[in-house]
Amino acid sequence: MADEPADDLKTVVLNDKHIALGGRMVPFSGYSLPVQYSAGIIAEHKWTREHAGLFDVSHMGPSFLVLDDKSGDGEAEHAAVAEVVEPLICGDIRGLKPGQIRYTLLLNDQGGTYDDLMIARPAAEGWGGALYIVVNAGTKEADFQRIATAALGRATLNRSDHCALLALQGPEAAAVIDAIVPAAAELGFMHYGSFDWRNTKLVISRSGYTGEDGFEILVDPEHAAAFWDTLLADARVKPIGLGARDSLRLEAGLPLYGHDLDETISPVEAGLNFAISRRRREAADFPGAQRILAELGGVLERVRVGLTVEGAPAREGAAILDQYGAEIGVVTSGGFAPTLSRAIAIGFVPPDHAAPGTRLQVLVRGKAQPAEAVATPFVPHRYVRKASK
Amino acid sequence: MTKFTKDHEYITADGTVGITPYAQEQLGDIVYVELPKVGQKLKAGDEAAVVESVKAASEIYSPVSGTVTAVNEALSGEPGLINSSPEADGWIFKLQLDDAGELDGLMDAAAYAELTK
Repeated sequence: MADEPADDLKTVVLNDKHIALGGRMVPFSGYSLPVQYSAGIIAEHKWTREHAGLFDVSHMGPSFLVLDDKSGDGEAEHAAVAEVVEPLICGDIRGLKPGQIRYTLLLNDQGGTYDDLMIARPAAEGWGGALYIVVNAGTKEADFQRIATAALGRATLNRSDHCALLALQGPEAAAVIDAIVPAAAELGFMHYGSFDWRNTKLVISRSGYTGEDGFEILVDPEHAAAFWDTLLADARVKPIGLGARDSLRLEAGLPLYGHDLDETISPVEAGLNFAISRRRREAADFPGAQRILAELGGVLERVRVGLTVEGAPAREGAAILDQYGAEIGVVTSGGFAPTLSRAIAIGFVPPDHAAPGTRLQVLVRGKAQPAEAVATPFVPHRYVRKASK
Repeated sequence: MTKFTKDHEYITADGTVGITPYAQEQLGDIVYVELPKVGQKLKAGDEAAVVESVKAASEIYSPVSGTVTAVNEALSGEPGLINSSPEADGWIFKLQLDDAGELDGLMDAAAYAELTK
């Protein structure tokens, strides 16, 4: 229960708002951010699953990669900017349609993961040759440097991490957005656009990391507080801290970089085969292609698995044992699932121990507890593929 | 008279041990409690129980030496009792003290209030 040092922490644009709302501020990826507000993590988690939760994720790394020389031909410009980033990742960026977002991975030459990220193609006229790229907080300096270096002489990476990035998540998120920025409520899942709001532009994505329908909104620092207040003025919206964000994403079975993904873990091991685009597989032109294609062919030493755990939560670092007690893997994220009222975990085990229903054990404080491999997500996703109106 | 440790446990005159309102507030929502065994002998400072919040596990130490005479089984089904009622329904275990004199080494309410100010 020791207090963590608060020195050298960066603050987000909405820092004063969080403190005024009773947010418990903790160090998180170099920033001071609210882990919870007064309602507590479980109440905030449940509110998000039932209504709409508002998260400040301004520590993350939003940016725009923009071609230096525009030809005026939107398709050619898109192909040119896609060519800048594709050598770093395993996704098909060239194939993105205007307004479409893709989840992809920044890979090292051994096929390990530098980061997982979102890359989007603008829909608006005159925005050919640009990509909206959002990377993780903990890796953003290195990510930005990699992308900027790859782009040298062809495109420029403009950081937007001085802005506020908010996530509005939950079954009532669309109705809330519809009342404030009606056009944005018409976005389909994994699409984004730029929208006018009170003489500023909001960049709004229909995406998130809680398993719920929702939106992520980039707003400039001057308008951030007013937009935050406008969202919170809706009775369906409550501020939610990063504690519940983590339990929500764990229930959604989504990997967290630095825990379930790192420089040794490949996208195939992490169960992210969908992120390795078909065109890129056929071309075998991404970092670590040799390993990753072999893994796709079945040569795998470990895979990511979901676990239900009896008893105490098994947290990151807990050993995973087979039913006879032999150590076979490790938990990479684990905790209590408020929706399920039980302990769940994500970890890595050999593929022959990963089938749902496999009986396993986890070692918590020296004691083996029963666990079972299960399919993820633990709580079904409720993404809205198509706009309802 | 209730006494307090620097680790935020309390012990009442009848040997009932739990964590303070301040501690439960700091921990946040409690989701799991690992209780000691009745009959277990503990020395002052021994790990006696584990209280897990959503985010982390925290060890609960025995404030003084003694033998566990009862544990709060209600916490197995409802660990949140520690949040809602840390000093009554959310007690953790009861001790038969080896030496009541050990209580003199602990903080009184005023000293503990000063610690958590």
